[in-house]
Amino acid sequence: MAIQLAGVSKVFGKPGSAGAYLAVDKIDLQVEQGQMLALLGKTGCGKSTIFNMVAGLTEPTEGRVTVDGRNPFGDFDAFRGRMAIVFQNDRLLPWRTAVQNVELGLEILEKSASERRGIAMSWLEKLGLRGHENDYPHALSGGMRQRVSIARAFATNANILLCDEPFSALDEMTARRLRGEFVRLVKENGKTAIFITHSINEALEIGDRIIVLKRPATIALDIPHKETDFREHEEAIRKRIQDVLAA
Amino acid sequence: MTAAQAQLSGMSRFGAAALRRTGSYVLPFAVLAAAWQFASLFFPPFLFPSLVDVFWRCLSIVGDWSQFSDVVATVLRILAGLAGAFAIGALFAVMMARSRAVHDFLSPILTLFQGIPALSWVVFAIIWFHGIEPRIFFIMVMTTLPAFSFQILGALQAMSRDLTEMVMSFRPTRLKLFRSMIIPAVLPDILTAWKVNLGNASRVVVVAELVGATGGVGYELLQQQQVFDMVGALAWTLQLVFFVLIVQAILTLIERIAFRYRAVSERTL
Ligand SMILES: Nc1ncnc2c1ncn2[C@@H]1O[C@H](COP(=O)(O)OP(=O)(O)O)[C@@H](O)[C@H]1O
Ligand SMILES: [Mg+2]
Repeated sequence: MAIQLAGVSKVFGKPGSAGAYLAVDKIDLQVEQGQMLALLGKTGCGKSTIFNMVAGLTEPTEGRVTVDGRNPFGDFDAFRGRMAIVFQNDRLLPWRTAVQNVELGLEILEKSASERRGIAMSWLEKLGLRGHENDYPHALSGGMRQRVSIARAFATNANILLCDEPFSALDEMTARRLRGEFVRLVKENGKTAIFITHSINEALEIGDRIIVLKRPATIALDIPHKETDFREHEEAIRKRIQDVLAA
Repeated sequence: MTAAQAQLSGMSRFGAAALRRTGSYVLPFAVLAAAWQFASLFFPPFLFPSLVDVFWRCLSIVGDWSQFSDVVATVLRILAGLAGAFAIGALFAVMMARSRAVHDFLSPILTLFQGIPALSWVVFAIIWFHGIEPRIFFIMVMTTLPAFSFQILGALQAMSRDLTEMVMSFRPTRLKLFRSMIIPAVLPDILTAWKVNLGNASRVVVVAELVGATGGVGYELLQQQQVFDMVGALAWTLQLVFFVLIVQAILTLIERIAFRYRAVSERTL
């Protein structure tokens, strides 16, 4: 099991106090090796909070998060090179060019300068950014910047990919094209991925399993791909998701 | 227009732009100098001496090592004091940013220091220390430390949380986090802090030198005061002003090179 959440809750603020806010409520969730899980829910239902706990950036208030058998928050450094993240906004370092941004993770992994450059350039090329490697982020469009950030995540060759609404800030045309590229890259490279989204279409397009969350984050619907063939039953699935989200 | 002509007119346009830029830089100084020179026509030289005399006196200071070494000594005292204050201030700022307790402890102390006049530090330094240089170093550090600490702390706190988390998600070592995130993020504010504190330090250093030093610009100013030599007073003051202007220009140049990555808006504030 690649990623496991057992009875995980997250409370912001002092638990029990007046300002406490329950963002995630006792979630149990397992993601298998090689699975592409779409985590779907309305804005504010706790998706990013779950994401941050899996990424080891936030500690659960209750329960256990394990990734490859270890605690991503406690064994923080043990995950160097094993987890890559694509955030909702591109989060490029403004003082680095496109290629230098892609090299960031490789620098942290102590790769040599020439190896870094080679890997970074090949990912930029795969994402159609050849010729823009020396541009600073401010000179790139939103879609290009997000592609740089995808290249940055893939370049470290981590086995686990976490994506928090990476395409939600882009126009639909660009988002669709990047989704296609993204699914292909994940499948080609055999990654385990959690993909967070608030769009039913995006979840249907990307996930080979869809989990629908309700606020505060609890699992309302779990549609594993083995049971259903998405393409055949897409309309039925969409209907079920819509009903759950509307309730 | 031929290509050569176009190039020529382009060059002259470039030349005109450069001229305008230099002009706008020089203009305020020229107006100030002209006003002074005008006053010198109506007042005796010991009040408003002619700038021509001041100019020659400046040259004689720069040209005579026995005098210029005083300027160098003062410059070194400023730089040493700033470097010391910067090192300690950076350490304090990092500790304050990392720990609430350290912040709550150090912040009031530094605020208190900020309220102590430079002259008080001079008195303390004379009582506490023996050598001239340790005294001056102490005064320089104590007067610039609070500003440096608060400025660096402010820079650290203003660092983008999003970007920091992004870099953290790659699990960097502390050294790598520093090199790839913290330093580039705070560098603009650090350069600004140096510019501000440089001006402060150059004003404090003469006060520090007035009491006790046997050399340096402050000491020389005291000599001029004793013989009522306004030309000398101006010429020595200008030495420090020139130093500050030169270092500011160097810092601006560094900014221009280091922050090339910034987007330039065509519409300014
Ligand atoms: N650091 C925080 N402190 C307090 N409340 C937070 C914090 N982060 C998120 N929340 C709250 O938790 C809820 C879930 O947030 P989030 O996980 O970001 O939602 P989503 O990503 O699904 O839009 C929101 O109501 C938000 O206001
Ligand atoms: Mg979110």
